[in-house]
Amino acid sequence: QNVSVEVLDHLEHLALVDFRDSEGVERLQKAIQFADQLHEVNTDGVEPMDSVLEDRCLYLREDDVTEGNCTKELLENAREKVEEYFVAPPGNIPLPKLEERDTFLQGS
Amino acid sequence: LAPWIPVVGLEIHAQISSNSKLFSGSQVQFAAPPNSLVSFFDASLPGTLPVLNRRCVEAAVMTGLALNCSINKKSLFDRKHYFYADLPAGYQITQQRVPIAVNGSLSYSLYIDKKMSQMVTKTVRIKQIQLEQDSGKSLHDDTRCQTLVDLNRAGVGLMEVVMEPDMCCGEEAAAAVRELQLILQTLGSSQAVMAEGQLRVDANVSVHHPGEPYGVRTEVKNINSIRFLAKAVDYEIQRQIEELENGGTILNETRAFDSKLGCTVPMRDKEGKQDYRFMPEPNLPPLILYDAKSLPANMNHQQVINIDWIHERLPDLPSVKREKLVEQYGILPEHSFTLSNEDGLAEFFESVVKQTQMKPKKVIGWILNDLLSYLKQHSLTVKESPVSSFLLADLLNLLEKKEISSTAAKQVFVELWKGEGKTPLEIVKEQKLELLQDQKELEQICQAVIDGQENE
Repeated sequence: QNVSVEVLDHLEHLALVDFRDSEGVERLQKAIQFADQLHEVNTDGVEPMDSVLEDRCLYLREDDVTEGNCTKELLENAREKVEEYFVAPPGNIPLPKLEERDTFLQGS
Repeated sequence: LAPWIPVVGLEIHAQISSNSKLFSGSQVQFAAPPNSLVSFFDASLPGTLPVLNRRCVEAAVMTGLALNCSINKKSLFDRKHYFYADLPAGYQITQQRVPIAVNGSLSYSLYIDKKMSQMVTKTVRIKQIQLEQDSGKSLHDDTRCQTLVDLNRAGVGLMEVVMEPDMCCGEEAAAAVRELQLILQTLGSSQAVMAEGQLRVDANVSVHHPGEPYGVRTEVKNINSIRFLAKAVDYEIQRQIEELENGGTILNETRAFDSKLGCTVPMRDKEGKQDYRFMPEPNLPPLILYDAKSLPANMNHQQVINIDWIHERLPDLPSVKREKLVEQYGILPEHSFTLSNEDGLAEFFESVVKQTQMKPKKVIGWILNDLLSYLKQHSLTVKESPVSSFLLADLLNLLEKKEISSTAAKQVFVELWKGEGKTPLEIVKEQKLELLQDQKELEQICQAVIDGQENE
């Protein structure tokens, strides 16, 4: 059972991944098949588990100021900065539509 | 033409009043040098983990209790994914599946008509309250085609209060938000000042004909004051009605309120339905809260939050305070409402009542008709009033003892307003406003007037 082009396009938009070629898509299909094996287990009436650590205690921190004040250090990571601001493009640059992208998915 | 029923729901984000952020130890403060209140976790540097702030949980529990919610003893954290420059992690930690509080209600009052003669009480259901992170701030520099990002606000704790679509117009939405604001300020869980972004409201608006299913709703954002909230909601209702009556359709979109033009416009960057790919936050186990019955015996009490303990320490809510004013002073509910709606006015009123023999029912007239209207005319807060409660009480005592007439008292009040430091008695003497009590003196004056008339 193949994943449709619409879903692949949607995934590329959401996660900004590039499946690049048929091998990439094939790997995705195999991963889905592998995960689908979970459906073979009957889980009626069983509470879903998020993590094996779900019984651990969630640590609560006191409301004290213990961090911050490291502007210079943080800005060292910035490719571009203006005074003490990070610089970003004016808005999200949307991934071009499928027809306009140079992607292997077009051929599908 | 068939009538339209407008439906209004609200999503309100209240910044939690705390020293440090929800999941990190950097400071929470308005207006600081850019990126100075940012920890490595807030900047989403690899290898950092969220650590929950106890104070933020207590704030959410207090707010849930004040809004009659059921507090979930076990709530969960999730990741909500979307890309934006002020969200460095690419996701926000929120509570989508099981939030901390659900199924509450908020009662609010509003005037039944424009004449402001009588009040009516309405209720809006609270769907849920959830804890979540705030994002950083984007400053758009259109000339240089770039956005400047300040992460000081990134990671600050928020309580999102979701109100069911039980409201029908701008006035109701505004009254509900005002009451929520007063409750949050009374609890201290949020300072809820809209102008500083501590209280942000998004409105969901739709219209439909009676008996038909709900219409398509739009989301209205960028509302910066309670007054604008009422305007934005009413404008959007009208826009939708006109669009539908002209045969058009309503798009399920997000619109921004333009306060200068007084209208809503579609927002860019929000086209198309978002897919947030919710997933459990893998770095945080469930949040467990306790009550008196379930309190664990041998746990470090700093790690335990007891809902009953918090419940016992809740302060009097605004509605209770208003009832107490009515009971104690015999004033009308409408008066009590106005008193509590204006910051510091109730305290001013009580202070005057303590210092004067005049009955509270008479004092209230001076507070609401004279003092408040002057304050409003000059755009002053109660704190900035040039007339102190001491001076006003002094004036009212003169009136009560019949040393001056009520007309004279109004004159003195105008003079006091100038704030020149004179006492009421000094003003009365200066302007010769004393009521004459001496019989002989009165007879002399009357005789002089009669004599004057005879000469004409």
